[in-house]
Amino acid sequence: MPKADNELTWRDLEIGCIATNPGSSSAYRTGDWRSQHPEYDFSRCIKCGMCQMYCPEGCIQTSKEGYFEANLYHCKGCGICARECPVWVISMKEGTK
Amino acid sequence: MTKRVGMEVSIAVAEAVKLADVDVVAVYPITPQTHVVEHIADLVVDGELDAEYIPVESEHSALSACLGSAATGARTFTATASQGLELMQETLYVASGMRLPIVMVVANRAVSAPLSIWGDHSDVMTVRDSGWIQIFNENGQEMVDNTICAFRIAENQQVLLPVMVHMDGFNLSHVIEPILLPDEEQVKAFLPTNNYPLPLHPSKPVAMGDFAPPFIFTEARWAHEEALRNSKRTIVEVWDVFAKEFGRQYKPVESYRTEGAKTLLLTMGSFSETAMTAVDKIREEGLSVGLIRLRLWRPFPFEELREALQGIDTLIVLDRALSTGGPGGPVASEVRAALYSQNPRPQIVSFVGGLGGRDITVENFETIIKRGMEIAKSGSDKEFQMFGVRE
Ligand code: SF4
Ligand code: SF4
Repeated sequence: MPKADNELTWRDLEIGCIATNPGSSSAYRTGDWRSQHPEYDFSRCIKCGMCQMYCPEGCIQTSKEGYFEANLYHCKGCGICARECPVWVISMKEGTK
Repeated sequence: MTKRVGMEVSIAVAEAVKLADVDVVAVYPITPQTHVVEHIADLVVDGELDAEYIPVESEHSALSACLGSAATGARTFTATASQGLELMQETLYVASGMRLPIVMVVANRAVSAPLSIWGDHSDVMTVRDSGWIQIFNENGQEMVDNTICAFRIAENQQVLLPVMVHMDGFNLSHVIEPILLPDEEQVKAFLPTNNYPLPLHPSKPVAMGDFAPPFIFTEARWAHEEALRNSKRTIVEVWDVFAKEFGRQYKPVESYRTEGAKTLLLTMGSFSETAMTAVDKIREEGLSVGLIRLRLWRPFPFEELREALQGIDTLIVLDRALSTGGPGGPVASEVRAALYSQNPRPQIVSFVGGLGGRDITVENFETIIKRGMEIAKSGSDKEFQMFGVRE
């Protein structure tokens, strides 16, 4: 079993804290300082993908049904997707969710 | 056979870099380091040194280029001074935090303003906590020897830290001295191939200098602290091997005529040789005074210093830098801290002098020693004495 983050000691680190697993930064939960989060009314969604292109975090994923939805592990709650959606699917709500 | 040749110390340092067979040199010229980097450029264009020479647009870029080069496992050298070292500040911490074995010669010089191109240790003190190994030198031969040793220390698998080799501006950089340049084959045998354990390579991607959230930053800092503190063992080993191979011995703390002395003077860098002459003269007068020279500034040699200062009554420290508005001499203040826990401990008298290229002559040192002894007896309400200032 690999150690949990808060169990790692300085001896567990690679020299110079070098990360040896490609893509390992995706494991960082960087969405937890969000003060707002996106909520969706997909009944209006035309699946244009504008929200995904504009999201500065690249955290909008497509669901099985082909809808575009934020991954809240990484979403910063900036509201750009809500602003750019041409048919007002997305609304920003207070709270981290 | 190696033979002694008269040579400017900066040129000798460049020759030492050539002997170390570096792969990459990224530098920006600045007085009083210029002759080092000019001569390396000559060696590269003349085909005497097969290295990539990167003439960059600033010192920040110089060290940044070195980061990239050292990260691929290439043997990497740079040199700077004063304002250049200031401009490197940000990348200095990156180099040590990423544990990249870069060797840098610093031609110690005052920091502006007012503008001064002359020597003192103000530049060194601004990078005291940058996490580099820092070695001081007293003459040209030591510069050559320690430039070579620095690569073996930096690249040692237990160390993997950048090393600054300090060369006092002008007092060392611009003087011509008799130098023994070590034999090329002997240096080759002394310096194993650089073998950085996790180099940048497309076949095995790694990320360096990555983001460290609060849950791991403290551990990363502690790993760096452990590495720097423990590097002293390797530094001493490398100096011992060097002594066996080349016949010249270096130590973290060195002493001169300390036998029986109750009063010692402590210096760092090129002024130590002048201080030795002053100690000789004072000994002739019948006063038993000796000299301690701090060679290793980082990691700070606590044990060796305490050992060297055992049983003395008075320690007089000369600093060539001023901790403005603070304790005065940075070396004196660290020595005080190192000795505070000792019982008994000597009286410590701190002098600051030799700033911005002002000489401290043999006579000046005699005055410093005698005044230091008086102050130790009578006490002083000042943290330090500003030597030679016209009031
Ligand atoms: S709120 Fe910002 S970060 Fe979150 S999904 Fe929308 S655009 Fe991306
Ligand atoms: S921008 Fe709006 S309509 Fe377009 S995919 Fe995103 S949510 Fe759907």
